[in-house]
Amino acid sequence: MSDLTKLTIAEARDALRKGETTSVALTEACLAAIDAADALGAFVHKTPEIALERAKAADQRIKAGDASGMCGIPVGIKDLFCTKGVPSQAASKILEGFRPEYESTVSGRLQDAGAVMLGKLNMDEFAMGSSNETSVYGNAVNPWRAGNSDAALTPGGSSGGSAAAVAADLCLAATGTDTGGSIRQPAAFTGTVGLKPTYGRCSRWGIVAFASSLDQAGPMTKTVRDAAIMGAAMMGHDPRDSTSADLPVPDFEAMLTGDIRGKVIGIPREYRMEGMPEEIEALWARGREMLADAGAVIRDISLPHTKYALPTYYVIAPAEASSNLARYDGVRFGYRAKLAQGDGITDMYEKTRAEGFGAEVRRRVMVGTYVLSAGYYDAYYNRARKVRTLIKRDFETVFADGIDAILTPATPSAAFELGQTFDDPVQMYLNDVFTVTVNLAGLPGLAVPAGLNAQGLPMGLQLIGKPWEEGELLNIGYALEQAAGFVAKPAKWW
Amino acid sequence: MSIDRATAAKVAKLARIRVDEADLPALADDFNAILGFIEQLQELDVSDVEPMVSVTPMRLPRREDVVSDGDQQKAVLANAPDAREGFFAVPKVVE
Repeated sequence: MSDLTKLTIAEARDALRKGETTSVALTEACLAAIDAADALGAFVHKTPEIALERAKAADQRIKAGDASGMCGIPVGIKDLFCTKGVPSQAASKILEGFRPEYESTVSGRLQDAGAVMLGKLNMDEFAMGSSNETSVYGNAVNPWRAGNSDAALTPGGSSGGSAAAVAADLCLAATGTDTGGSIRQPAAFTGTVGLKPTYGRCSRWGIVAFASSLDQAGPMTKTVRDAAIMGAAMMGHDPRDSTSADLPVPDFEAMLTGDIRGKVIGIPREYRMEGMPEEIEALWARGREMLADAGAVIRDISLPHTKYALPTYYVIAPAEASSNLARYDGVRFGYRAKLAQGDGITDMYEKTRAEGFGAEVRRRVMVGTYVLSAGYYDAYYNRARKVRTLIKRDFETVFADGIDAILTPATPSAAFELGQTFDDPVQMYLNDVFTVTVNLAGLPGLAVPAGLNAQGLPMGLQLIGKPWEEGELLNIGYALEQAAGFVAKPAKWW
Repeated sequence: MSIDRATAAKVAKLARIRVDEADLPALADDFNAILGFIEQLQELDVSDVEPMVSVTPMRLPRREDVVSDGDQQKAVLANAPDAREGFFAVPKVVE
């Protein structure tokens, strides 16, 4: 078989089962593609020995007939997941040299299913960013370019390495995590599919924590079907995460009928933003038409507290981050600053954290510290938690009124150039304007590539589903994917 | 509400992140930009709203109060920047 790296999970699985290829062949093809793609900055720790060893074991399992859908499938793992014996740095200097003694539940589930880890993927430091520019490893680069320009574009963030790797066919799929849009925005920027499951679906155990009430892992894939296959393999109850849901995980792939007749799709009027590019508006309109043509009922809805989602997020996420990142103290793991004669333990903490964290992480930890500090806790943190209740209630109200899923743009623009400077940090935060509500409400969200803009860059639509209804969400996404017929690939320049 | 240099220095201290004196004005500007953005939340009347504790309605699971793990000194210390004789080593804590 030619072009093994271009296969989807479903195609590779079927070929493996028919004996048309082997996991070793797939893995070797991916490893070669990875070695030829250093210009993309996607893979930051390569694990070829582990990959080939697991591929051989997977081939044995397939031969023995003991293989799930993910068995033998080469995947990339975001650097945020702890992987036993393999560097897991969350793209931060402060975790330099850290080799976990344990495996995260999600990467462990994939491993148990027979998936083959090719290596670790670039990301924004501690998943804080929307352009993959805060990484200690340097930028990940989008395989897509605008028109005839050779300017380097962002693959989005924070799961930028995952998105770039999947879009460039370096792996068949990758894991991502999503705290405010970090799976869906990079998926939209790279013409790939990204699923953020319902909060509690994927165990957070062993994933470096950013904002624990928002963080959720999910699959980043080439197709909706692949998201169904890989997503199901990642999800499931884990007693080691107290917020992990003790609910059965359905066979999502079996639910992909493409029949969405009678499904009611909500179009939230508050997502029509002032200054939104015409091409995004047009894409959204086409999305509505495609779902209507497939037999869905389109209904205008209101989510009145939408405009407060980003400010709410920028209280809650930094607050939780400031608590979670308190553990990086230079004592138990990772980086410790060189100390001067006479430095005490406080000097060690302060110097270690100043040198170990990048600028955006330092900024967010300090903002979080401020909103949690005496005198401001009620004014900022508690108020944000109350507004979060209102944002969630907006969604509960429309779902109770019969809405099955909500259609929105995934991002306010297509991929932008790396190296842009912004006057203030808030401008970068606006990337998450359509995605962040979903994390605050704990809902599942799916980004599906739906078209190209005038410069030939991919654009994505987002579908938001009801809690625990990833199966229905994926099926609506599948219908959208069929209708959009997005098949474009980036022209290889790397 | 505007953050001045002294407040920025205090926050940096609370967060245990060393910030050079010369960098404090820029830090205070960043804080002000972000806090200006989140100031919008003051527009809403939230007096009758419960603050969210858990995004999915669930009871915190309980387990037997027994030792379920342990005896992993080597693994626990494996990643320490400075481990000696079975302990984490740190600079002098008490004068």
